[in-house]
Amino acid sequence: MSDHILTLSGVSKSFPGVRALHNVSLSLKPGRVTAVVGENGAGKSTIVKILTGIYPPDEGDIAVRGEVKSFSSPRDAWAAGIAAIHQETVMFDELSVAENIFMGHMPTGSSRFVDWPEMHTKSAALLKRIYAAIPTDFKLKRLSVAQKHLVEIARALSHEAQVVIMDEPTAALSANEIDDLFRIVAQLKAEGRAVVFISHKFDEIFRIADDFVCLRDGEKVGDGAIVSVNEPQLVRMMVGRPVDQVFPKRDVPIGESVLVVDGLSNATEYADISFELRKGEILGLYGLVGAGRTEAMQGLFGITPITRGTVTLEGKRLSIDAPSDAIAAGISYVPEDRQDQGAILSLGIRENVTLANLFKHVRGLFLSRSSEQAQTRTLGRRLAVKAANWEQRLAELSGGNQQKVVIAKWLATRPKVIVLDEPTKGIDIGSKAAVHDFIGELASEGLAVVLITSELPEVMGLADRVIVMKEGRIVAEFKRGEWSAEKIVGAATGAARAAA
Amino acid sequence: MKALFKHRELALAVLLVIGVAAIGGYQPAFLEWDNIGDVLTETSVLFMMALAQMAVILTRGIDLSVAANLALSGMIAALVSQYHPDTPLFLMILAGILSGLALGMINGALIAFLGIPPIVMTLGTLAVFRGMIILIAGGDQVNASEMGVAFQAFPKQVILGLTTPVWIAAGVSILFWIFLNSTRSGRGLYAVGGNPVAARYCGIDQRKQELIAYAISGAVAGLCGYLWVARYGVAYSEIANGYELTVIAACVIGGVSIGGGVGTVAGTLLGALFLGIVMTALPVLQISPFWQMAISGAVILAAVIINARAERRPDKLILPEARRLRRIRA
Repeated sequence: MSDHILTLSGVSKSFPGVRALHNVSLSLKPGRVTAVVGENGAGKSTIVKILTGIYPPDEGDIAVRGEVKSFSSPRDAWAAGIAAIHQETVMFDELSVAENIFMGHMPTGSSRFVDWPEMHTKSAALLKRIYAAIPTDFKLKRLSVAQKHLVEIARALSHEAQVVIMDEPTAALSANEIDDLFRIVAQLKAEGRAVVFISHKFDEIFRIADDFVCLRDGEKVGDGAIVSVNEPQLVRMMVGRPVDQVFPKRDVPIGESVLVVDGLSNATEYADISFELRKGEILGLYGLVGAGRTEAMQGLFGITPITRGTVTLEGKRLSIDAPSDAIAAGISYVPEDRQDQGAILSLGIRENVTLANLFKHVRGLFLSRSSEQAQTRTLGRRLAVKAANWEQRLAELSGGNQQKVVIAKWLATRPKVIVLDEPTKGIDIGSKAAVHDFIGELASEGLAVVLITSELPEVMGLADRVIVMKEGRIVAEFKRGEWSAEKIVGAATGAARAAA
Repeated sequence: MKALFKHRELALAVLLVIGVAAIGGYQPAFLEWDNIGDVLTETSVLFMMALAQMAVILTRGIDLSVAANLALSGMIAALVSQYHPDTPLFLMILAGILSGLALGMINGALIAFLGIPPIVMTLGTLAVFRGMIILIAGGDQVNASEMGVAFQAFPKQVILGLTTPVWIAAGVSILFWIFLNSTRSGRGLYAVGGNPVAARYCGIDQRKQELIAYAISGAVAGLCGYLWVARYGVAYSEIANGYELTVIAACVIGGVSIGGGVGTVAGTLLGALFLGIVMTALPVLQISPFWQMAISGAVILAAVIINARAERRPDKLILPEARRLRRIRA
């Protein structure tokens, strides 16, 4: 045991209705980089959160140098020498670099007051160790993402962390910055620290990692030295499950073309998005988190500005400058975080349901309450919203019912095209099945559906066609029957050889 | 009692009745019709200003410039009356309203389109408006003797036992109720304040809603500016100094959430009435002026605390029997 800095044994973690991790064991050795790989939702983030003391595991042990520990807060994990660098930096923009590095353990002299000179000296020394030339009195908001990562690494070093966890640290970095980061990783290795490296990018994993752990659906499905596998093997390990039987796909006759999107582009987020959508068709939009899928669809919906490209709905060229234009034309977008981005908790069910199509309830000068009530009743019953009455405030409904109200709101607009952004994210298996059934029902009613999902089984089970996006562009398109899990993931991760 | 506090309007109404009864027991003259009319007249401006402020607060904003706007618009109306005494009365009133509207739209445009935080913006215009009064009046004041007779007589006119300001406040209240409950823009104010992101996805233009809210706030301040100046027969730069805080207090007492998205016409009117009664009752009860401010402050705090209790996280109705129970009660 002594050669392991940290071991997880038999760790399980469940959230209501979701099993995030099941019986996962891993061990980290000093001076080695362990890559944790897996699809979106495989449990990588949960592992990070358990290691850093954000969640306690339901079962299993965490042992640091052979000694079993229980972390009840992130502070305990720090004390045990574990530090994490997060994908989106979680730091204080308005404070100085030095304060960010020493937040929570600022050096104090005998006076009990913060010893500022000491803090700046120490910060500068830590930054120098990682060859970062960042003035310690700069406010954090003046730094680039790469520099913020460096500050986070300095913070980890300030704790004398023996285990450094990097959760997709390269997601927002340029090629040069990635090289710099990797030099620092190599140095951390040389200093005998253990590094956990989480990334979707296969080239990086093969470049930097010594060992790997592969997760799928919360279980460990493989581990070993990185030299013992190649890319196609790793992809197969990540996705390898029978996916087709899970989702009984409805047979819906696909009708005429409804929507033609041609060359949709934005200055920084996506480019050349072109596709056609037919009545009754479900188009899957697959990609890694951050591939620009949501942004592209928000462009279609008028939320993000389009710099180039055209949208044609039923033969009519649309000019969409705001969501109201898209809604009026018959395009609906159900956002990913339905509670935060969809529900207005302080308003009643009726007011929520009719909000997106209020213009249809205007009679003369004023809103017709009876017309609003009729629509709310119809949709509320159809979606089986459980409420005392239709005027009840949304804040008083359970989460599931709030979600139903949000979906009712979008159906109320009677769309021709509906974009569903991660419709099953964070909901339990039973509810997922209901949502899948519902998506099938929408398609069978002749709606054209765009399904943004990061879940491979979902897209393969429901979609008639899949478009894969990577770094803001469409990189592949597959028809049902022509695809395989390996091909889709290969296209999304850029593991070109796997797609062959 | 517990159930009562869940409906803040009802709780406030009960509190009001108890308070008025207590004052009446001590000083029966307070309950006479003449006095009730006086209280309503005295509070009429507060009714309207609080409703207008509510429209702004619903969008998660705040308008600190309303009292300064009132004073400036009142001064403009007074100057029209002084230098163009032949102008028809309704045009003089319109001058006040339009001036208020224009000032409100300056706030609204800069807040909505430049993204300036409302509290900063309106704090700035508060000072600017007050300064402009001194500029346009040449540092002078307009006295009763300089204003037209009809100009001053209108707010004192009595129709069916109540003065015109009370009837105007009643009309404005009805318009507000219709606007907030039966128009798309009114619903939009609640949506934008309740969840700006969700409202945006629904095609509601937040900037337009904010512009509308501050425009309303300004126009009402302009109308009240005329009423104030004409009723008290004087216009100068210090009129209604600090009155914006009374207006905001009325909203908060009436259950308008400073966080936006929550507030009703009935609640706000009760909040204003509550403050109006407290302020008129204290002198009637012969409480020393030195104590009046402290007491009215304490009463405001008490009302806000009672409201905050109603503000707590609502109980979700997940149990089927709880839903049934609610349905029976509703």
